[in-house]
Amino acid sequence: MALPQTYTREQRIWHWTHWGIVVAVLLFLVLPILVIVPLSFSAGSFLSFPLPGLSLQWYQELFSSDPWQLSFRNSIVVAVATTLLATFLGTLAAMGLNRADFPAKSAVMALLISPMVVPIVIVGVGIYFFYAPLGLTGSLLGLTLAHTVLAVPFVVITVSATLAGFDYNLVRAAASLGAPPVLTFRKVVLPTIAPGVVSGAIFAFVTSFDEVVVALFLTGPGERTLPRQMFVGIRENISPVIAAAATLLILLSILLMATTELLRRRSARLQGRE
Amino acid sequence: MTVSTATALTGSDLKRRLRRAEWRGRLRAIALVVPLLLFLIFFFIVPIARMMWLSVDNSELPSTLPRFAEEIQQWDPTETPLPDESVLALFAEELRAAAEARDLAGVARRLNTEVPGFRTTIMGTARRLPDSPEGSWSETLIGINEDWAEAETWLLLRRASTTVTPYYLLASMDLRMGAEGGVEAAPRDQAIYRDIFARTFTIAVGVTLLCLLLGYPLAYKLANLPARISNLLLILVLLPFWTSLLVRTTSWIVLLQREGPINQALQGAGMIQDPLQLIYNRFGVYVAMTHILLPFMVLPLYSVMRGINPALPRAATGLGAHPFTAFRRVYLPLTTPGIGAGCLLVFILSIGYYITPALVGGANDQMVSWFIAFFTNQTVNWGMASALGSLLLVAVLIIYWLYIRLVGVERMRLG
Repeated sequence: MALPQTYTREQRIWHWTHWGIVVAVLLFLVLPILVIVPLSFSAGSFLSFPLPGLSLQWYQELFSSDPWQLSFRNSIVVAVATTLLATFLGTLAAMGLNRADFPAKSAVMALLISPMVVPIVIVGVGIYFFYAPLGLTGSLLGLTLAHTVLAVPFVVITVSATLAGFDYNLVRAAASLGAPPVLTFRKVVLPTIAPGVVSGAIFAFVTSFDEVVVALFLTGPGERTLPRQMFVGIRENISPVIAAAATLLILLSILLMATTELLRRRSARLQGRE
Repeated sequence: MTVSTATALTGSDLKRRLRRAEWRGRLRAIALVVPLLLFLIFFFIVPIARMMWLSVDNSELPSTLPRFAEEIQQWDPTETPLPDESVLALFAEELRAAAEARDLAGVARRLNTEVPGFRTTIMGTARRLPDSPEGSWSETLIGINEDWAEAETWLLLRRASTTVTPYYLLASMDLRMGAEGGVEAAPRDQAIYRDIFARTFTIAVGVTLLCLLLGYPLAYKLANLPARISNLLLILVLLPFWTSLLVRTTSWIVLLQREGPINQALQGAGMIQDPLQLIYNRFGVYVAMTHILLPFMVLPLYSVMRGINPALPRAATGLGAHPFTAFRRVYLPLTTPGIGAGCLLVFILSIGYYITPALVGGANDQMVSWFIAFFTNQTVNWGMASALGSLLLVAVLIIYWLYIRLVGVERMRLG
């Protein structure tokens, strides 16, 4: 990137300092995440550099240990159930809320999004007190319902964002051509908002899959989830197994992030914003 | 076609139909929102409302020893050192009945929160109570445990005998009910909560400022690069946003530990002799939390800066302003919506942090959330947990309200 010839010395110095700051901040953002990856291949049993040698033993331990297997299964079950429920409820609500004359629109929206800003410990404690007399603590169903509360705002936000650019004349056009509402929804509305729905679903999945605080309150040893298992591991005896689990989670997040990025761009292109 | 229908209808008829159609549409829209609304009311609003109620709930003793709870209210410690013999007889009768029904756990827990060790006193007394008094009831009770001779003990029971109590909420502000009524400061060894709230606030403000300091130059550069490059760099901002909180916290533990790469590098460069303590203290909390919350600052800043016309600061320099002046007088004011949105979002998220400080902080770096979890899981003092939770919730709701007023709820975007 050539600098304009007219730049003064002062401007040049500032230009490069600014780039220096930007690179430093980007490294600060990314490097700490990547530092854990090589440690998962360590032949030693401590999380420190330099590596005494390379080995896949920690992955082997991860895949053969019962607690890790159980926690992984539990996390998948809860996250998938949460995704389905949150996506269904959130998409419906976002479609309803998108009407311009919805009564008390901002207030309802603020309420639907509030689980995102209320400290998660408060949600955890409230639901724990609430579940205790109902006998819902220590069940995957209870955890799923709680995770749905936390995940639903993400679906509402992403679907609302795609709907904001939706041209309702398309619906009117379909109706005037004689399409019944269900067909209009399936053929006209859904294809347009699909990227938002899928992004929302991915956000919901990640919210549940990463969630540890509510899981700490609500689950016993039989229902422990992956984050809970990691939390206990970090606390009690931090070993490269944690690094192996973390590496797999990083891979998963890169995959999911790439998917939503592609969807977001597709949706922006469809709406002619890019 | 529309023309012919329109002529067949009078104007008012048409208006009515239009209104009806609008109402039908609105009802359909409401029907779409209702399932989620009901779900949230049942699994989010009601549990939190119940938690807030638990912060004043004091029903353990009144529901277990109902008649005694009513009678002891009449007792005036300035007139008689102990409650009347009839009140003591009621106490003994109801206490024995509750012990036989194995119904004393709640009362014992409630009293124990205020006077540690009182669980043993009341359980032991209940076990050893005879059917009829040996002499008077006061002598019998004092014979079992000397504590019953103290007016303090009966005052404790009297405080526990009202159905609602300000005790927990006062305690979480380092206050308590005085013996003669009125509110007074809590004894110094119990007065820890103002410090905890102040610490929580300090950490949240510190993390917000650090995020702004690091996030502003980054967002500024990203917003002024060609879209192709900025999209690529934006992915580097989004990656931590997507990575599990526990993964990122683990990474910081690895990096900052005594034998970690940072200490090794500093020692290798000869800058320090002994490894620095970088973790399990406030420094570790600031670093890890700033890392985790930085994307929440960069994204709103970036989206506001993208919308700023680059010709404006250029026009200012063209008119002779120093680039720095142009930035300060033109660009910076235009980015205030982004600064406001980012700061409020980061502050609101950081004030409730629990996991990260718990893993990378020391004993003196734990925030309010940690104490809420501690009272819930470790000491089963639900009253204290609820009171601290209610205060934290009120603080968060005030900031959320500010966010909605200043930024707008529609501006809450992801990625």
